[in-house]
Amino acid sequence: MTQQFSILEREDFQKLIDVLSADGYQVIGPTLGEGAVIYDELTSIEQMPIGWTDIQEGGKYRLERRDDDALFGFNTSPQSWKRFLHPPSVRLWQAHRTDEGFELQHEPIEAPRMAFLGVRSCDLHAIAIQDKVFMNGDYLDPTYKSRREKIFVVAVNCGQAGGTCFCSSMNTGPKAEGGFDLALTEIVESRQHYFVVEVGSEKGQEVLHQLPHRPAKDSEVKAADNLLKKVSKQMGRILDTEQMQDILYRNYENARWDSVAQRCLSCANCTMVCPTCFCTTIQDVTDLSGSHAERVRRWDSCFTMDFSYIHGGSIRYSQKSRYRQWMTHKLATWFDQFGTAGCVGCGRCITWCPVGIDLTEEMAAIRESEGAAPKPGRKPASAKP
Amino acid sequence: MPPKRKPKLAVWKFASCDGCQLSLLDCEDELLDVAGEIEIAYFPEATRAMVKGPYDLSLVEGSVTTPHDAQRIQKIRKESDYLVTIGACATAGGIQALRNYKDVREFISFVYATPEYIETLPKSTPISDHVFVDFELRGCPINKYQLVEVISAFLHGRKPNTPPHSVCVECKQRGTVCVMVAQGTPCMGPVTHAGCGAICPAFNRGCYGCFGPMESPDTKSLSDWWKRLGASDDDILRAFRSFNAYAEIFRRESEAHE
Repeated sequence: MTQQFSILEREDFQKLIDVLSADGYQVIGPTLGEGAVIYDELTSIEQMPIGWTDIQEGGKYRLERRDDDALFGFNTSPQSWKRFLHPPSVRLWQAHRTDEGFELQHEPIEAPRMAFLGVRSCDLHAIAIQDKVFMNGDYLDPTYKSRREKIFVVAVNCGQAGGTCFCSSMNTGPKAEGGFDLALTEIVESRQHYFVVEVGSEKGQEVLHQLPHRPAKDSEVKAADNLLKKVSKQMGRILDTEQMQDILYRNYENARWDSVAQRCLSCANCTMVCPTCFCTTIQDVTDLSGSHAERVRRWDSCFTMDFSYIHGGSIRYSQKSRYRQWMTHKLATWFDQFGTAGCVGCGRCITWCPVGIDLTEEMAAIRESEGAAPKPGRKPASAKP
Repeated sequence: MPPKRKPKLAVWKFASCDGCQLSLLDCEDELLDVAGEIEIAYFPEATRAMVKGPYDLSLVEGSVTTPHDAQRIQKIRKESDYLVTIGACATAGGIQALRNYKDVREFISFVYATPEYIETLPKSTPISDHVFVDFELRGCPINKYQLVEVISAFLHGRKPNTPPHSVCVECKQRGTVCVMVAQGTPCMGPVTHAGCGAICPAFNRGCYGCFGPMESPDTKSLSDWWKRLGASDDDILRAFRSFNAYAEIFRRESEAHE
């Protein structure tokens, strides 16, 4: 049983970055920047947030020192891997005026080969959801697909849960169950620091072969299992998903939408940081002479007025209608559309909402408005201004 | 095809610092293209040549602060097919609209040796308070790329791409970590109109709100959160009462903290 797991020692971790780089991958992983752990290009382990963690709450994120030298001792990042697979801005085509009319110039799709170092289980699920959006059916997104097909995924099982995490509720973590080439569980003990490695693909196997490793002992695999069991009980938030869809469909009219509309800034941060939100808008631009035009696709959000603009005006004019649309899509209509929830429990929309609006709290309030007693174990609603 | 007549452009100055007009001169690379496509008919900041109206496009900088200016803008409107206001002064009254919260006669008596020579209005007001405005370009100062975009859109009869959503969208698109969430720095970004490219947060500062209110600002919710971050009523009043002090929504929020 344990043969499927290997051990990579902490002092050999740099070699993982080196092997991936040598294979032609641009390695993207965690690093400290702008007061947070962000994802950026890595060449050395020294760039990683060694010994740092983060404290996350509604509308609040702070870095803190850990009392060990963990490489992955932090929680979710400010933005997800979305920006690498579904970039914020993409030029789709250009056109030039000619004597006969105009000439279209299609945009060459040049996808970098990227290795993602440290993808958490929630984000693996988010990538799987975006796969359904962009790569299923008749309408393939060439930008996403070309990037997606080239990535190498090193997953990291979470050694702790953050203050706004609720992957246990969404069945999306904390352990990576698939969708990776290699998955690591970092074990930091007083005298040892190692990674339990699970291989998820042939590509992963090939990379592991180039690394110094040995078969894992039973005790090491058990240490990883125990850690993950502990983490799944640490979740900072809980979302009761029982009958969630039906409850939302019954509550298009509910006083709670008015209450959240009083706090919602419609700034769109939640949708920007959400790893599954995929909406874009199109901008057509011409130059001054009118001889050159181009079409650019940019991230958009259901919280902007232009998003629901149809001839004559926006159909979701109020903050209430926009918040309701967003949350109902994430937790209910997404099932009808794509067969899963649109939420993976990463908690980013809670942490990065500038005023700390918490969809788990909003959902619980709507549930309770129907007379249901709060579930034991649900965190009390935090005080709001 | 017969040669097309170049559209005539006029640039007008009202009470302002000239910074927005300078954005046009600051276009450098694009300026020759602008001059190639448009006849710069009236632009005293750039050229002595002054061609009489009517004009196809008038760019108006500055706010109305004198009885003379209040009349002048009427004449400009009559002479202009399209009138576009540029910058916080023209779109919201500018920093000089701070006078709107005080008695301007007192200022005059303190500042000028012979106050009776000074003819001024009690309030600094945006151009749209006086005449119909076809399009407002925000900013203190405006973003020069947005200005070129507005002129291009005018020339080709299309809608300018100047999204009215929050600055937050620009932060997230460029990958800037939120200064309010990660550092507790009060930031005007969530209620402020995009357009600058989120410059201040990218330099680790809170947004100052130079582009005025975004399309659907909830200033009260933001103020409540600022208080949790330790801001005083006075801090909040000052934040809302700056370059866009007289923009309706910012004005009301600042008054709520008096």
